[in-house]
Amino acid sequence: MTGSLPRCLIVAIALAACVASANGGDIPLDQRRSGYADLGRDTKAMQDDDTSNPATLWVLDGEALWNQKAGSANRACAECHGDATASMKGVAARYPAFDAVQKSPIDLEQRINLCRTERQNATPFAFESHELLALTAFIGRQSRGMPIVSTDEKLKPAIEAGRKLFMQRIGQIDMSCAQCHDDNWGKHLTSSLVPQGHPTGYPIYRLEWQNLGSLQRRLRNCMIGMRAEPFDYGAPEAVALEAYLMWRARGLPVETPAVRP
Amino acid sequence: MARPLINVPAKVKRGQVFEIKTLISHIMETGFRYTTTGQRIPRDIITFFSCSYNGEEIFSADFYPAVSANPFLTFYTVATESGTLEFKWIGDNGFSETASVPVTVE
Ligand code: HEC
Ligand code: HEC
Repeated sequence: MTGSLPRCLIVAIALAACVASANGGDIPLDQRRSGYADLGRDTKAMQDDDTSNPATLWVLDGEALWNQKAGSANRACAECHGDATASMKGVAARYPAFDAVQKSPIDLEQRINLCRTERQNATPFAFESHELLALTAFIGRQSRGMPIVSTDEKLKPAIEAGRKLFMQRIGQIDMSCAQCHDDNWGKHLTSSLVPQGHPTGYPIYRLEWQNLGSLQRRLRNCMIGMRAEPFDYGAPEAVALEAYLMWRARGLPVETPAVRP
Repeated sequence: MARPLINVPAKVKRGQVFEIKTLISHIMETGFRYTTTGQRIPRDIITFFSCSYNGEEIFSADFYPAVSANPFLTFYTVATESGTLEFKWIGDNGFSETASVPVTVE
């Protein structure tokens, strides 16, 4: 993976030079498009058919974990939440959500780990662990096709903070997320098409990773490309960016688990 | 957690050519990569796959390090009799996984 950094660096510098004066605004609602729209035919086919989408392997493992007793409480997620196709329907479409106990926004991974620690008395899963990705994909799958919802007033401060981060120039390359994803989407960064950067399909099966990965992993990739120090997994800044991205993608359908190049 | 996923039509007509799709979770570690401290990551791949239809081998493949993680294979066969398709994956470190699905020929 580190092998592709110099390429990113060089191209990003070139791109930074040509967009230095760009000053675009938000993408109009009716012009928003998911990264799916620009996938090649084969990658689309892979995402469209559950039996050829490798992420299905994680969804099935997530379903098994959902029904498995865990922790010193010796309870399964299913014992409290029942059938996930009903109880988890639409849940992933409105995360990050404001948690009343923590008095802060939390993303779906953090929500799952809260139930791990508070309700199952078990140790939390590590970020990007197979188990956490599997449960997140399984829960996310229950919202497939549903529109992303971002209406909770209590999320406003996080969304605002996320927007600031998105617009702010960072890293050695001194670029902002917006310079690529608002101002230059549809253009190419070497062979990669710059997408609008909507979080519609997470966790995704990324062909480059040969693995499933979370939205935060995706953001770290972009930040490393910008030669900025990525936020720690679960950091408030990372969750704020996620909340902003979900607000920015409001109304677009959830595709979880998506496939991306 | 190795897990195979097979997609075969539930019913096929006698003489019909039908598609068989298989997906299995496997890291397919090439053996050519190194850790950040310079240690070689040992090879861990699937080396062989086969499919038999009512006991007769109809497709097999040798795998090499260039095959992606979670290999997805599709191939075709002709529907002869109702029965079972059996799948087998063999690999490094004693890896072995099997799956079987029924086929109904009308
Ligand atoms: C002992 C009961 C119990 C167990 C076991 C449990 N949960 Fe929960 N869960 C709850 C309750 C109660 C809530 C309501 C919110 C709260 O805790 O504030 C909740 C909330 C949630 C939510 C948020 C739902 C929403 O509408 O925002 C998710 C997602 C979730 N749990 C996932 C899981 C997963 C995954 C597991 C297994 C790893 C699990 N839970 C295990 C009781 C449980
Ligand atoms: C130099 C241009 C550039 C910058 C700056 C950049 N990205 Fe990206 N981003 C990309 C490219 C290119 C991809 C698609 C990669 C691929 O297709 O393999 C991408 C992908 C994404 C995706 C995934 C979209 C999907 O369909 O799954 C998200 C989300 C994202 N970026 C968010 C961000 C955020 C947040 C920042 C700022 C921290 C940022 N990006 C900075 C170029 C950039």
